[in-house]
Amino acid sequence: MSDAVIELAGLTKAYNVGTPVETEVLHGIDLSLAQGEFAALIGPSGSGKSTLLNIIGLLERPTGGRLSIGGRDTAALSEAEITALRGRSIGFVFQFHHLLPAFSALENVMMPAIIARGAPDDEAEATALQLLDAVGLKAHAHKKPAELSGGQQQRVAIARALALRPRLILADEPTGNLDTHTADDIFALLREFNRQTDCACLIVTHDPRLAARCDRTVRLVDGRLAADC
Amino acid sequence: MKLRLPFAPLVALRFLREGRMQTLLILAGTTGGVAVIVFLTQLITQLQAQIVDRVLGTQPHVVIRPLEEANRRAFDDPASTAVIEPRAQRLRSVDQWENVARLAAAMPGVTAVSPTVTGPAFAVRGQANKSVALMGIDAERYRRIVRMEEYMVAGRFAVDGTRAVIGSELAKDLGIRLEDKLRVALPNGRDELLQVGGIFDIGNKDLNRRWVFVTLPLAQSLLDLPGGVSNLDLTVADIFDAQAIAERLQGATGLTVDSWMQTNAQLLAALRNQTVSNNLIRSFVILIVALGIASVLVVSVVQKQKEIGILRAMGASRAMILQVFLIQGALVGAVGSIFGSLLAFGLLNMFSAIYRNADGSPLFAAELEPRFIVLAALVATGVGLASALIPARRAAKMDPVQAIRS
Ligand SMILES: Nc1ncnc2c1ncn2[C@@H]1O[C@H](COP(=O)(O)OP(=O)(O)OP(=O)(O)O)[C@@H](O)[C@H]1O
Ligand SMILES: [Mg+2]
Repeated sequence: MSDAVIELAGLTKAYNVGTPVETEVLHGIDLSLAQGEFAALIGPSGSGKSTLLNIIGLLERPTGGRLSIGGRDTAALSEAEITALRGRSIGFVFQFHHLLPAFSALENVMMPAIIARGAPDDEAEATALQLLDAVGLKAHAHKKPAELSGGQQQRVAIARALALRPRLILADEPTGNLDTHTADDIFALLREFNRQTDCACLIVTHDPRLAARCDRTVRLVDGRLAADC
Repeated sequence: MKLRLPFAPLVALRFLREGRMQTLLILAGTTGGVAVIVFLTQLITQLQAQIVDRVLGTQPHVVIRPLEEANRRAFDDPASTAVIEPRAQRLRSVDQWENVARLAAAMPGVTAVSPTVTGPAFAVRGQANKSVALMGIDAERYRRIVRMEEYMVAGRFAVDGTRAVIGSELAKDLGIRLEDKLRVALPNGRDELLQVGGIFDIGNKDLNRRWVFVTLPLAQSLLDLPGGVSNLDLTVADIFDAQAIAERLQGATGLTVDSWMQTNAQLLAALRNQTVSNNLIRSFVILIVALGIASVLVVSVVQKQKEIGILRAMGASRAMILQVFLIQGALVGAVGSIFGSLLAFGLLNMFSAIYRNADGSPLFAAELEPRFIVLAALVATGVGLASALIPARRAAKMDPVQAIRS
């Protein structure tokens, strides 16, 4: 299993630990995702999909169990190492694009490189322009997020997630707020990038139509994996 | 060639630009605070310098006198059981004053030495009779102790033969004009007819009434002090070194040496109190400015939580987030201090035009020492940095998810 990009073993997550309202949201998840795999994460609302994705994306720490990314056990990593790993290896697409309103589309896409290398450079700009071109937004490169439509914003967010050519793409309902046509476009973009770079993708979606177009579907019910096919 | 800022300043500038109203508010607060500090400091420093200048304009920085009589006697004859009683006032000369003067002139920090013979006398004209202080001086040397030429209202500050210089009050009291004659009579019975070659107004009624300048030899003979001087007056380069120099001279000569700082202890205490209250006001202003910057930055951090979370999710470290907010604080402080200094300069100009001395000259000069501006900039930038620290650390500590969700 050396080509597993992520590997979860008995992973749990509880909120408000140590208080009377302590609730366990994830109850021992075992899951692995191989390089190049394109998987959908589905399940009813409140089943813990976002929580699971955030933990895999190193935005939150699990309460128990093991999480390895690229073969490294994340429990052993320091805060700084976690931050670096998150920046370099993971591209995250949020449900609500979460672009920086003060920066243009181009600058938003450049931002992961700016953070990783400390300052903007020509390479970051060239890559960002290329990605904006790939998502069909080259003409809008200098617009602020507020000047773009919802679908355009989400496409910028995808371009940003791809900026450092991460080994793993995590997308939390990236098409949740978009019409079917736009959603299909966004989905196709992710799929194409997955084919091009052989990165692993885990995409949360409520849309069975989209889930059916994935290599694999992971179903989460009440914090447990129900089926994996 | 594009100007490309590194991550932290890039984001800091964008955040400041985005929060336009808040940025303007903190800037205004910092500007006001710095202006008050610079204005007050400059004003008080200048006024104090003027007070000191005015006081020292009519007196020497350091005076060397003969030892007190009583001390000398007790010292000369320790076995003596004689009752030490104050002797009748009799003028005594500074022992070997030429040597002492040479020694004093050679001392580092001393810029001028002038011998003076002074004693009580009466100025008589017709029926009028006024008590005065006869001052035997070398006009050339005395000018370097008190800038008499600046105070002359008639004639010149020069003494020669029986030509004398008197004050404007005495001239008025006795109805004397330039080139008029004036008789001085001494308690020892001697007297002399002087011719007034100059009249001064030193800005002090008492001195204008009492001082009668004559040549050193004339005063020596009138006061029965042939070849002697009653004191040596000194000017020093840095007036606040006066006490130290006086102590050194006392050690070297064994004579009585007083500095203006001793004779004007009350003035010095008043100046110190003023400085203390000035510092107090400055501390409060700095505190208020710091609170202002900190509170607006706290609000900005809360408003920027989501963006901080996004940056963190993209791999920005805690240190990077910290830097973003520290730079914001420092920038606001630095820019505020530049505007503040300009505002202070404007205020100084305005006030110096409004408030004038009785003679119409400005009460203080509208000038700004570069030293103050640099200092104000350093303080304001430091305050900006320090007050940004708390909100910045808060921002950096947040979990990305927690930040994005809020
Ligand atoms: N910070 C938190 N504190 C306490 N409980 C939380 C917190 N975050 C999530 N939960 C709980 O965890 C459970 C799972 O939430 P999560 O957002 O992962 O669900 P989800 O599957 O993404 O739902 P949806 O499809 O609506 O987005 C929910 O019951 C939620 O109330
Ligand atoms: Mg969710």
